[in-house]
Amino acid sequence: MDILYKVLIDPFAQMVAAPDLLVQTLWEGLVGGMLYALIALGFVLIFKASGVFNFAQGIMVVFAALTLVGLHTAGLPAFAALALTIVVMFALAWSIERIVLRPLINQPDIILFMATFGLTYFLIGFGELIFGGDPKIMITEELYLPKGRINIPAFGGIVSLQKLDIAAAIIASAMVACLSVFFSKTRIGRALRAVADSHKAALSVGISLEQIWVIVWFAAGLVALVTGIMWGARSDVSFALDVIALKALPVLILGGFTSIPGAIVGGLIVGVGEKIAEFYWGPLIGGGTDSWFAFVIALVFLLFWPHGLFGEKIIERI
Amino acid sequence: MRAPSQSDIAAGEVLLAVENVSLSFGGVHAIRDVSFDIRKGEIRAIIGPNGAGKTSMLNVINGFYTPQRGKITFRGQTRSKMRPHDAAAGGIARTFQNVALFRGMSALDNIMAGRTLRMKRGLFWQMLRFGPAMKEEVEHRLRAEEIIDFLHIEHIRKVQVGRLPYGLQKRVELARALAMEPDLLLLDEPMAGMNLEEKEDMSRFILDVNQHFGTTIALIEHDMGVVMDLSDRVVVLDYGRKIADGTPEDVKQDQAVIDAYLGVAH
Repeated sequence: MDILYKVLIDPFAQMVAAPDLLVQTLWEGLVGGMLYALIALGFVLIFKASGVFNFAQGIMVVFAALTLVGLHTAGLPAFAALALTIVVMFALAWSIERIVLRPLINQPDIILFMATFGLTYFLIGFGELIFGGDPKIMITEELYLPKGRINIPAFGGIVSLQKLDIAAAIIASAMVACLSVFFSKTRIGRALRAVADSHKAALSVGISLEQIWVIVWFAAGLVALVTGIMWGARSDVSFALDVIALKALPVLILGGFTSIPGAIVGGLIVGVGEKIAEFYWGPLIGGGTDSWFAFVIALVFLLFWPHGLFGEKIIERI
Repeated sequence: MRAPSQSDIAAGEVLLAVENVSLSFGGVHAIRDVSFDIRKGEIRAIIGPNGAGKTSMLNVINGFYTPQRGKITFRGQTRSKMRPHDAAAGGIARTFQNVALFRGMSALDNIMAGRTLRMKRGLFWQMLRFGPAMKEEVEHRLRAEEIIDFLHIEHIRKVQVGRLPYGLQKRVELARALAMEPDLLLLDEPMAGMNLEEKEDMSRFILDVNQHFGTTIALIEHDMGVVMDLSDRVVVLDYGRKIADGTPEDVKQDQAVIDAYLGVAH
């Protein structure tokens, strides 16, 4: 009975007893979730356009952040380094299209998926070769990202918000809004969905696969850069981030692989769920839940919503 | 029935010509030294038994395959290979043997995708959906609706095409090709797998497209009745070689064709 009380009742009693802590935990969850959402967004962009699960998205985040810090360390002013990093991400997108994707047109998806594995290891090696393997500090101040916290007295206590997190939320929302409009309202957006559905049909109506791929990989690169800056500002910039990027998988399962809103909502659910579980239920089993709890959430969702919350229902005629 | 009379076409200007085209995959010769032309305004059938190289020929014409030898002349411009984008931009549209639609999109979006190359406004304006870009979107939508009316698919406009029955999918695919306002329309077995009624509808649409829009059509078809009814001229392939070329009446009586394709006469 004791264990049942601890699992089923005590955590909720705590939530009610200390609402400020609950709100604080929720906020931290949302912030963490936003970063998952951004990584997942990078996956969704490429998946939508080419039906390829881009295993390299995580390493692209690291690569973008490393490039930014590396260029600044080399003596460029922060915003010049930022601009040049954007150019580098474009060059990366262009090279990937040229060297990896173009020779594989009309090949099965699994081949392209494997190619992104190759890309991952190439980027890890290339990144270490140029920037070295040790963790670096993100140039937060130089980019005029706010520092410090705001303490709001509320719910019978104090809820403390990092200014950086608030800035991140604003930037991320703006970026997501732009991308949504871009993909739903423009001719390129329609072309992109067309390419995702059928390469040969897209070619036959004059859509250029090359152009579309460069555009989506560049868009994914930009998302990776923003993610890298935000994440780097919270911890540091290192290749360890790559592993955390795998958290995007449960997010995608939750949200659906093809939905931009799905990536966002999925990210937030995973982030919040993870933090709540860690804070209220974690102590019961000695903590450490945050490395696996996201996958449990994903499993539960798979049982009830196999297409994800916002995923396309795929109809296969037999 | 036919828009331009036989004599018009006989004298007509050549829209597309393939000369001495050969295509092989490894050791398999899909097309061997084939030459023929397609004249402006005609309905040109390409027939032949299975594996004769008909679809390969269409793929060469719209640039999916690069022939090892030969020349393709389209609108007076000669090249050794087409590229899919150039073909589409130059006014060649096509449908596929096994329908290739954008399955996740609505019929309307599929048709609008056919107008991709005709949209000119910059991305920025399109995102704002404002001013000239809005006007452009409306114009293209109007053209799409005309084609939808023309093919009688108003009722399925908003339906995701993956859900549609096969016959309607074929029609949406034709609509998408027409949305490109092509000069040359390549149809790869437009009536395959259809019942009699659907075949009759499709034949009617093909003739209407040819007459109303003046679109030149090259089609591959197995139903000989349909071929004889629709086409102005027929080219016959067998094992990658051209064995006959002429009016349906001529071809029907050609001994090589009878032997290879129609079966030996009783």
